[in-house]
Amino acid sequence: MTTENTQSLENILSTAQTLRWEVGIDFHEKVTESIYTDAARIADRATTRPEEKPRFDFDRKLDQILTSRVWGFPLMLALLMIVFWLTISGANVPSSMLATLLLDTIHPLLKGFAATIGMPWWLDGFLFDGVYMATAWVISVMLPPMAIFFPLFTLLEDFGYLPRVAFNLDNMFRKSGAHGKQALSMTMGFGCNAAGVVATRIIDSPRERLIAIITNNFALCNGRWPTQILIASLFIGALVPVQLAGLVSSMAVVGIALLGIFLTFASSKFLSKTWLKGEVSTFSLELPPYRPPRIWQTIYTSLIDRTFIILWRAIIFAIPAGAVLWLSANITIAGTSLAGYLINFLNPFGLLLGLNGVILVAFIVAIPANEIVVPTIMMLTVLVTGANGGEGAGVMFELESGMETMALFEAGGWTLLTAVNLMLFSLIHNPCSTTIYTIYKETGSKKWTWVAALAPVLMGFAVTFVVAQVWRLVEMIL
Amino acid sequence: MTTNTKDSCETCPIHDAAALKKLGVDMSDFDYVVALAGNPNTGKSTVFNALTGLRQHTGNWPGKTVSRAEGGFEYGDHKYKLVDLPGTYSLLATSLDEEVARDFILFGQPDVTIVVVDATRLERNLNLVLQVLEITNRVVVALNLMDEAKRHGIQVDERRLARDLGVPVVPMVARQGEGVPELLQAVGEVANRKTVGKPYRVKYDSPELKKAVTEVTKQIENAYPELPNPQWVALRLLDGDERIAEALRKGELGDLTHGDIEKRSAQLQVIGNQ
Repeated sequence: MTTENTQSLENILSTAQTLRWEVGIDFHEKVTESIYTDAARIADRATTRPEEKPRFDFDRKLDQILTSRVWGFPLMLALLMIVFWLTISGANVPSSMLATLLLDTIHPLLKGFAATIGMPWWLDGFLFDGVYMATAWVISVMLPPMAIFFPLFTLLEDFGYLPRVAFNLDNMFRKSGAHGKQALSMTMGFGCNAAGVVATRIIDSPRERLIAIITNNFALCNGRWPTQILIASLFIGALVPVQLAGLVSSMAVVGIALLGIFLTFASSKFLSKTWLKGEVSTFSLELPPYRPPRIWQTIYTSLIDRTFIILWRAIIFAIPAGAVLWLSANITIAGTSLAGYLINFLNPFGLLLGLNGVILVAFIVAIPANEIVVPTIMMLTVLVTGANGGEGAGVMFELESGMETMALFEAGGWTLLTAVNLMLFSLIHNPCSTTIYTIYKETGSKKWTWVAALAPVLMGFAVTFVVAQVWRLVEMIL
Repeated sequence: MTTNTKDSCETCPIHDAAALKKLGVDMSDFDYVVALAGNPNTGKSTVFNALTGLRQHTGNWPGKTVSRAEGGFEYGDHKYKLVDLPGTYSLLATSLDEEVARDFILFGQPDVTIVVVDATRLERNLNLVLQVLEITNRVVVALNLMDEAKRHGIQVDERRLARDLGVPVVPMVARQGEGVPELLQAVGEVANRKTVGKPYRVKYDSPELKKAVTEVTKQIENAYPELPNPQWVALRLLDGDERIAEALRKGELGDLTHGDIEKRSAQLQVIGNQ
């Protein structure tokens, strides 16, 4: 860059400065107006509209119902309920078929193979009881519900329902001092919190964006839906007659999801009243036209994009987790395994929260991926209770039916309280490491990353503690 | 579509030329960079998928794509790198997604910018088109959602529109793949400089504004004769846009137009890392 050029640039800048004042303070408006006027003229010349005649407009009619003050919320809940009911009742059969195939058929074959070639016990155990079982478990538990849930959710999305959800929730976000578009990033969070955090880029005000980032964790994500669905169908569904089980367990899952939404509002409000004070900005949300969902394409992309990617992620994390768990269960010091020491250490604290040591260890193991919480719990429970059905320590249990899973949980000293608090804690705890990293990248602030990572865990401790104490008090009185 | 039309399509030169090879994420040795801009929810990601064969998740709601997605395709002996930008209503850069889109069109200097517009909401969509045309003349307008327009009884005269805007306009139904060969044809011609757009420039009617814009534009033209978009730069400077002043200072706006592909590729990288 020559000095001459620099000189002329500074001249231009100062001219611009002077002229800007001559145009007046509404410079921006004048520019925008000019663009709009020209756009309107060109569009008008190119477009022929039909004669204005009042006709039945499907989109408008549907919007009147789906976003109405009276019907908007009940319909939203009903749709969610239907999605979960289909997921829970549809996933049972394929889940047990997969379990039979992977755990009852292939696993013994692998063990037999190992015995035939005379593999040392530790290698056989490490590979087939640790790594293989962890993977098989994740696939049989997670694949069927995900393969039903994601396509259904994506169909709703493709149809154009999500912006209507945002529209319905907008007012509540505004009242919480947050940006209405947070409804959209939250909805994304229902798929994946890391994606939800990235989606907050649509919010222009940094204050409101930060609120949206920190509270996104309360949107129940892919990795946590299976935990909720499984525990709800085992424990909550078991409280009622079989015909009602599917319905009642869906209600429990929807209840947890709603609690998450409530916590999003509550913590947004808290933040906007304390450290992140400021004005609520206005925005316009466009309600896109409803489009007939492309069924096959949607099923295909949601299987590839979401189901298999999530499953793959779960497997990637389950393999080392399975290996480490098997090792820690089989390396013993003075008669107690490493895992045993850790569990015993955390157990008193866990019981105080209405959980137990096993669950707390599982949540630590699952920091990289929430998906493996339940498989880890199963494996560790087998280990501490010794209810191992003849297998070696640290083998993930064979679970052909819900009854056996239940039996295992009961052997681990589980009660209804444990199940409820596990569901609560799964909603209210730290985000997974991917999300934490994404938060750091998006905010660029260590402080806010720490807040976003630690605040939910502390809240989770508080909530489960209170629930446990009240529960036990009520139990004593009754 | 009846079989008849398909037969006659196959004899058309466009059809033969449309030997589209979807390269997915393979973007090695590309000859041209193509940016994909447009209002939110107009089908940018659908067009992106149709050209690259990738399965970028599409969703029926505004704001689906907030960061850039990239893919490659090959068409008529040339390799193209396609960049899907976040959907925006304007390029006045008030939020991060608008800034990402604007910076790429401005500093990434794509060989072609496809602006996907919603045929049923032409007026609002043209606001963005006009702003893109202020920055670059290498534009192809993809007039998407023609089926929805038809359903609502709206007729859009794409030839008239092309004449008024001064750049090619391609009617499309991207969800069904209609118009993809024509789009490729238009993109190829703009990239090869067979078609040179004479873009419409916004008339700033308010007298003070007109005077200010004309004055600053003239000065910029004198100081930077290479600059492809002096009027737009003038407006940004008048608006007190520090980023643009900074870019002029560093010579980021002028030099790149004639830079070789390697250099520009490096520049893209820099923007991508921001």
